[in-house]
Amino acid sequence: MAEMTLRVNGSVRELDVDPRTSLLDLLRERLGLTGTKKGCDHGQCGACTVLLDGRRANACLALAVACDGSEVTTVEGLGGAADGDEPHPLQTAFVERDAFQCGYCTPGQLCSAAGMLAERGPSAVTADLTDDPPLTPEEIRERMSGNLCRCGAYVNIVAAIQEAAR
Amino acid sequence: MKLFEYARAADAREALERFRPGTMYLGGGTNLVDLMRLGVARPDFLVDVTRLPYDTIDADGDGLRIGAAVRNSDLAAHPAVRERYPMLARAVLSGASGQVRNMATTAGNLLQRTRCPYFQDVSRPCNKRRPASGCPAIPGDHENLAILGHSEQCVATHPSDMAVALAALGAQVHVTGPASDRVVPIPGLHRLPGAEPERDTVLTPGELITAITLPPPPPGRSHYRKVRERASFAFALVSVAAVLDVDEASDTVRDCRIALGGVAHVPWRAERAEAALRGAPATEEEFVRAAEAELAEARPLPRNAYKVPLARNLIVRTLQELIP
Repeated sequence: MAEMTLRVNGSVRELDVDPRTSLLDLLRERLGLTGTKKGCDHGQCGACTVLLDGRRANACLALAVACDGSEVTTVEGLGGAADGDEPHPLQTAFVERDAFQCGYCTPGQLCSAAGMLAERGPSAVTADLTDDPPLTPEEIRERMSGNLCRCGAYVNIVAAIQEAAR
Repeated sequence: MKLFEYARAADAREALERFRPGTMYLGGGTNLVDLMRLGVARPDFLVDVTRLPYDTIDADGDGLRIGAAVRNSDLAAHPAVRERYPMLARAVLSGASGQVRNMATTAGNLLQRTRCPYFQDVSRPCNKRRPASGCPAIPGDHENLAILGHSEQCVATHPSDMAVALAALGAQVHVTGPASDRVVPIPGLHRLPGAEPERDTVLTPGELITAITLPPPPPGRSHYRKVRERASFAFALVSVAAVLDVDEASDTVRDCRIALGGVAHVPWRAERAEAALRGAPATEEEFVRAAEAELAEARPLPRNAYKVPLARNLIVRTLQELIP
């Protein structure tokens, strides 16, 4: 077992973990934060996306011990108010735009979009790499390609992200 | 997952001192943690090298020095990379997803393992995973595997996009080790499978990549193009990194660099094509001739023969786009 400290959604947690534990399993099984979902457990679906030190990451591919000293924001902590009840603008936009069907991928979509909106620089579809391009639907689709939606709600997910980005 | 110990190294000396048989260095973990979960990688000890002081990109004379721990997303977003080495930025951006690029490191990208389905499936034989156990890919599922430089033991491909651009740019890999420090060029870091497919690179146990240096950008225009089964977040079927320097007075090729991804166990520098093009007219006919000179040594398997015309056409199209 290894001792570690993690700041999760603003609260400091002192933990003793088996080094084999993924950040995803730590969040869900130890800390009861089941908003973060396990889809493929191989980094291919994005359902487990959280913000790790402010940047989006696949929690299934991160060993918890390797996150010692880090700050994690999960979908439970995405909202603005101290009690977490105030929805994040992305959450509001997802509801307004009907950007889901079953909802399983949604926490990962939300955390990924929140991380993506804070990122700078070009993507693989940006014509001029020296640009910080406007967030067109094409840019959003490319930048969100690490989040799969088996229900195929992509059209509304793109619309919701574009609305929240305004 | 097999039980292992974990330690975080503060500097290279500590990482090297901690290294013992059964140790693996842990970078972003995006490939290694997955392989551990699959049972393909079974280290006793993980030494986390992500906090080593190699997370910056700095000028190196007229070139660039990229720290081994620089995250892929930071590499692609760096102003000097975008402005001076756009082919490298585009190659990195064409790989994986936003989340994975935030986690993955420069050195880890180079040292990632093949995505051959048999390598990743511990219930099947694989000469790379278990030497002398056989290669089911040769009679089996090899649609995405190698057409160049493979052996009877292994037809795996190297999956990196970044490494293909680095091969075209002539990057140098800086390595520290228990005995001494050394510099290994790309191409040269990765090795063809031959009779030892278990060895992906020329690195020896305990050696640690500390940085990659790029020479000054080569003259001419450059591009990275990737063909894959879906528009994003997929490995290359074939990719090409190309630099073309054309003498505009005579419309002849002054110099060129061509590297291919998705076709071999290494990022494949197309030296025959380059030699065929130097001094030749910058025309489609010459580009076809050069691509065919390179691919004359291709030995496709029954279900990946499509890669030969795909690589040919990709080389030709990419070069055509680079004509000033």
